[in-house]
Order: sequence, then structure tokens, then C-alpha cells
Amino acid sequence: MSESTATPATSPGYVRPLPDYNDDVVRFCTVATVLWGLVGFLVGLIIALQLGFPALNLDLPWTSFGRLRPLHTSAVIFAFGGNALIATSFFVVQRTCRARLWGGHLPWFVAIGYQIFIVLAASGYVMGITEGREYAEPEWYTDIWLTIVWVAYLVVFLGTLIKREEPHIYVANWFYLAFIVTVAMLHIANNLSMPVSWTGTKSYSAFSGVQDALLQWWYGHNAVGFFLTAGFLGMMYYFVPKRAGRPVYSYRLSIVHFWSLIFLYIWAGPHHLHYTALPDWAQTLGMTFSIMLWMPSWGGMINGVMTLSGAWDKLRTDPVLRLMVVALAFYGMSTFEGPVMSIRAVNALSHYTDWTIGHVHSGALGWVGFISFGALYCLVPTLWGRRRLYSMQLVNWHFWTATIGIVLYMTSMWIAGIQQGLMWRAYDKLGFLQYTFIEAVAAMHPYYLIRALGGALYLLGALIMAYNLFMTTRGLERDEEAMDEAVPARPAPSPARA
Amino acid sequence: MFQHHARIERNSILLLVLTLVVVSIGGLVQILPLFFLESTIEKVEGIRPYTPLELVGRNIYIREGCYNCHSQQIRPFRDEAERYGHYSLAAESMYDHPFQWGSKRTGPDLARVGNRYSDDWHIAHLTNPRSVVPDSIMPSYPWLATTVIDGSDLAEHLRTLRVVGVPYTDDAIANATADFVAQANPDGTAPGLLARYPKANVRNFSGDVGKVTELTALIAYLQVLGTMVNFSTFDEHANQR
Repeated sequence: MSESTATPATSPGYVRPLPDYNDDVVRFCTVATVLWGLVGFLVGLIIALQLGFPALNLDLPWTSFGRLRPLHTSAVIFAFGGNALIATSFFVVQRTCRARLWGGHLPWFVAIGYQIFIVLAASGYVMGITEGREYAEPEWYTDIWLTIVWVAYLVVFLGTLIKREEPHIYVANWFYLAFIVTVAMLHIANNLSMPVSWTGTKSYSAFSGVQDALLQWWYGHNAVGFFLTAGFLGMMYYFVPKRAGRPVYSYRLSIVHFWSLIFLYIWAGPHHLHYTALPDWAQTLGMTFSIMLWMPSWGGMINGVMTLSGAWDKLRTDPVLRLMVVALAFYGMSTFEGPVMSIRAVNALSHYTDWTIGHVHSGALGWVGFISFGALYCLVPTLWGRRRLYSMQLVNWHFWTATIGIVLYMTSMWIAGIQQGLMWRAYDKLGFLQYTFIEAVAAMHPYYLIRALGGALYLLGALIMAYNLFMTTRGLERDEEAMDEAVPARPAPSPARA
Repeated sequence: MFQHHARIERNSILLLVLTLVVVSIGGLVQILPLFFLESTIEKVEGIRPYTPLELVGRNIYIREGCYNCHSQQIRPFRDEAERYGHYSLAAESMYDHPFQWGSKRTGPDLARVGNRYSDDWHIAHLTNPRSVVPDSIMPSYPWLATTVIDGSDLAEHLRTLRVVGVPYTDDAIANATADFVAQANPDGTAPGLLARYPKANVRNFSGDVGKVTELTALIAYLQVLGTMVNFSTFDEHANQR
């Protein structure tokens, strides 16, 4: 502030000073993102190995698959993904609004309160405290705490938008706002439940059977749609243009795909309940809207990828940008696969199988993971005031280990899922079911091992990232060839011709 | 059209309100009718609330995360009918708070596992699945057989479930703990229990003497799954919807 007083605001050389951004809280959530990511990926690898080798359940309550699987899903979605979203949304909203985070210490309440939520939820899972509904496992007391933290998050974000100094609200913030407000709606409605006692942990859902099922998948699918999609699209809309040094490809496409995405996503839940006791009209609505959802999803992918127009050469020299563009490619792929799987005839084969697990992970590892890694590589040097990352070569190594990991994961689960589905419905020539259930289980063994290898590679990539980011925060720069010099240079002009 | 969008982009509250309206429509149209349309849940005979012992077993099923690998929802396909039995009805989970339909079959569907295996098979299988199914990848649950439950807080559980809509009578709530003990009674006599919960299985499910373990409760729950409706008298066309 002191330097700016030297030049009067009316003089031609005046540059508006930057506000005093609250970056401490962003740094805190950035570190949390990396640490929770490592925990979540590690637990994922452990449960993948448990499916290959059941002895790894250790015959103990706290380490059995049924308790660790919610720990894995919550750690990667809510702890890793959630912290990435809080960190980047707080970073982006300040820069694009040219305003310090609103609310004094309230952003710190959000950041620390959210870690408390994670610890409450995770400790509950291993002790067997669960509501028993996928991705909404935390019990009532944890749910109430998260509601308080989340409302504070909304207030901070909205407060910052309101006091902004830029006339327009940037597109990234539309997505972040939609993510925050919709997740609040989903969380509150889906977790309505009645505690058995105010001093105990157990509660019973306010809803039962078919209504409970649809409400849960309305929540569950939109945890994907708003937590894992809208929020991360907000991240994409800031970091991809910033890193590419190009404006967003199409302003109109952003408007069209934003409103259509948030309108259509909320209808897609029933595709998780095809051929169940859910009435057919609801299944049909869910399928129809899921197929329509393909278009706005690809709208986002196209808008992101085409932002590189005129900067495609950077893919060769900047592995951080490459991570984010490959994230968009995985986003496009899994948002095409999703509508296909929501078609009832396809779902009849794919539902209940490992194909679904493969589908989820192409989106989670490819889209959510890679766009977050890209954002982390952009954030850390800026937040710690470093000139560059410790090592671009290590980013390249991270990119390739993680990509090979995802490919192994996805392909093994595709084959596993389709084989499972076909074995369950196979008949022999006498008209009897050809396979017992356990034969299909045994047939999965090799695929489960390949999947675990894929997961191990992904974890290895994340460890490389953690090391690289840690060294960056220390202000170290690895002595290495720059990426753009690593490609063979054109032959130098010969002296004779020169 | 796109010029007018600038108005929304300049007003945070307008953006917030419009977003909330747009994301509310789908849920309202799909979910609310399920609570009002009478055709959502079939009218069938035989569905009763869980006995206190079955309820404790169900809570153990939830606690151990069985739903992560086992569905309880049979689809109307020939192969599923032959493998698991009649397709699941909405009425069969009308007292399930929460539902446990599941989304993955790492293990088989359990919607109609009741009465398909003996109690002894379940004891062996839950304690070490590979003792009866060599290729099984299910975890072992040895602690179930050694954890004793007294069931003293069951009246509170039944009362809570009544608040959310399960028709437990005052009588059922008053006798919750007694019924819990009576159902696992080795003599097989429990007159009050059978009046309150018709056709309940009354026997010593896991060989416990003078106590009720988690293993007993879980087996009692598994053995009632999918057995309440008598499908020989069920007319599926009466419920065409």
C-alpha cells in the first residue's frame, strides 16, 4: 500500500494496488490436500490388495474391507477433493474479484472446521459408526458439524463475491458457487435422520426403502455432479487459461454449458437404480436426462481444451499444462461412458460389476486427480513466492507413472466388469446357469492384482509430487535441463551458409 | 440473449438464487411424487417390522459395511430369478431405515438369503468364509461370536424407528429387550414375540448359552431376509404400474 501513495490515482502511470490476499488459509488447505491425497490413495491401494488377498483384512474389525472402503472413498472425495476445492476456490475468488477473503477469521473456521469433519468421519468409520449409505456414511453429529462449516464456507465465498472490485463475476466462480450451494442442499436433505439418543452415535434415516434409495442416489450422483464436476470445472476455468496464457475459448459456451449442466445433472440419480423396485417412470427420467447430460459435459471439455488454441506447443514443454489437458480428456471420456452406462440395456450388464468401479476411477483418477495436481503445481510456487517448481522433470515422471496407473486400472476393471456380467447371465446348452457365483469371484483375481498395480503406480506418482512440492516450498530448484531444451533442437545453421 | 446474461454476472445474489432454482427442479419432480403416489409401494401380505434381535443384526450388517459388497435388490431377469429368487418388491424394504439395496456385487445378492443356508453354515462362514467357500474373498468376522449384547437400549431404538414411520406398537416397545432375549431362546418358546412378530424364527441361532452374541443377531437377520412375502400367493399383475 505504501508504494502506491507515491503515484496519485488519477495519473496515467497509476497501477491499482493488489489487495492484501488471505493466502495463509490457502496454503493450509493446499498442504492438507497433498497429505489427505496420500492417505486416500494408500487406503485405496490397501483395499484393492484385500480383494486380491483376503488375509490382509487381518481378522480385525478396524481393518476389514467393509470399514476401510468408506474410509477410502471419503478420504479421496471429501478430504483430498474437498481440500483442493476449498484451497483453489479461496485462491481463485480473491484473484478474480480483486478482493481479500471476506469474514475476518471465518475462512480459518472453514479450513480447520473441515479438517475436524474429516477426522470425525474417518474415526467413525473404523469404529463402525456409519449411517450405511454410500458416500453419506458420517453419522448425525458429524453431519450437523459439516452443515455448520459448509454454511460458513458459503458465507465467506458469497461475501467475497459481493465485495468484489471487478464488475463481472468470473465463470470459475459460477461453478464454485453452484458447487457450494448445491452440496449444501444435497447434504441437508439426504442426511435427515433421527438419533436414537442425543448422547449416542446411532441414528435412523428419516426415510425408508424406495424413497430412501432415490433420495440417496439423488445425493450420490450429484456428489459426482457438483462436488467432483462443477467444483473442479471451476478449478479448470481458472488454471487452464492462466497456465496456457490464453483466454477461455468461448464465453457463450460457458454460459450455455453452465446452466444446462447444473439443470440436467440433478435429474440423473435414478440411473443408479435401474431395474430395481424404483417405479419405471423415475428410472426412465433418470436415463433420459443422463443421456442429455453428455452435451453440457462435452461443452465444458471443449471449452477447456480449445482454450489451448494458439498455445498447443506448450503441451510439449509444460508437463503441468499437459496434466490439466489430459484431465479434460479423461473428463470427456468418462462423461461419454457415463451416459452409455445409464442406458438401461447397458446397465443391465454393467450394474453391480467392477465396470462401475472402473468408470468412477477414470473420472476420479483422471479428471479430478489430474486437474487437482495441475492446480497444485500452479499454486505452490505462487503461494510460497518461489520462481518456479523444484523440478519439471519430476512433474513429467509424475504424469507418466500416474497415466500408466490409470490405464492399468481402467482396462482391468472394464474386462473384469464385462466378464463378471457375462458370467452371471451365461447359460449352458442344457438351459442351466453356467457358472456359480464363486466361479465369477475367482475369475476376478488377476484383474484385481492388475488394478492394485495401477493404484500403486498412481500412489507413487503422488509421492513424487509431494516430494517435488515440498522441495519447492523450501525454495530449492533442481539443477536440470529445461523441458523445452530436452526436445531435439533443430540443427544449427552451418557457418558456411551463415 | 447473451447480453442479458451480464445482469446475472454482475449480481451475486441473483446468480445464487437462479442457481438454487435451477438445481431444485429435478429433485422436486422425481422425489416428491414417490411419497404421494400410492402405486410406489405394492400392497402385499406378510411384511412386518424387524424383531429386536433382527434389528440388532441389521445394525451389525450396516456397521461392518456389508452393503459395500452385497446388494439386496434382485432385478427382474431370468438369470437373477434362478440364482437369487423372485425380483425384489418395494414393499420388502418399506421398513428399512436406511435402505440397503447396495450398488456392487463383489459377493452375491442377499435379498433372499433367508432360509437358504443352515445356521451352522452361517456360523462357519462368518467366522471364516474360506472354511466353507475356499475361493471366497470375504473378510472373516471372528469377533462377532465373542461380542455379547445385552439389548438394554432396544426400547429406545424401536421408539426412534416409530418416529420415522415404522409401526412398532407400545407393546412391542415395552417388550423390546424381553423379545430380544426370547427369540434366541434355545427352548424355542416365545408366545408374546410370535404375536407381535408373526412367523419370526425362534431358535438358538448360534449355540450361545445364557447370552446373546452379535453372531446370533446377525444370523437372525440374514435368515429373515426375503422370507416375509409368500410368493406362491403373490399376484404380480395386481400391482401392475
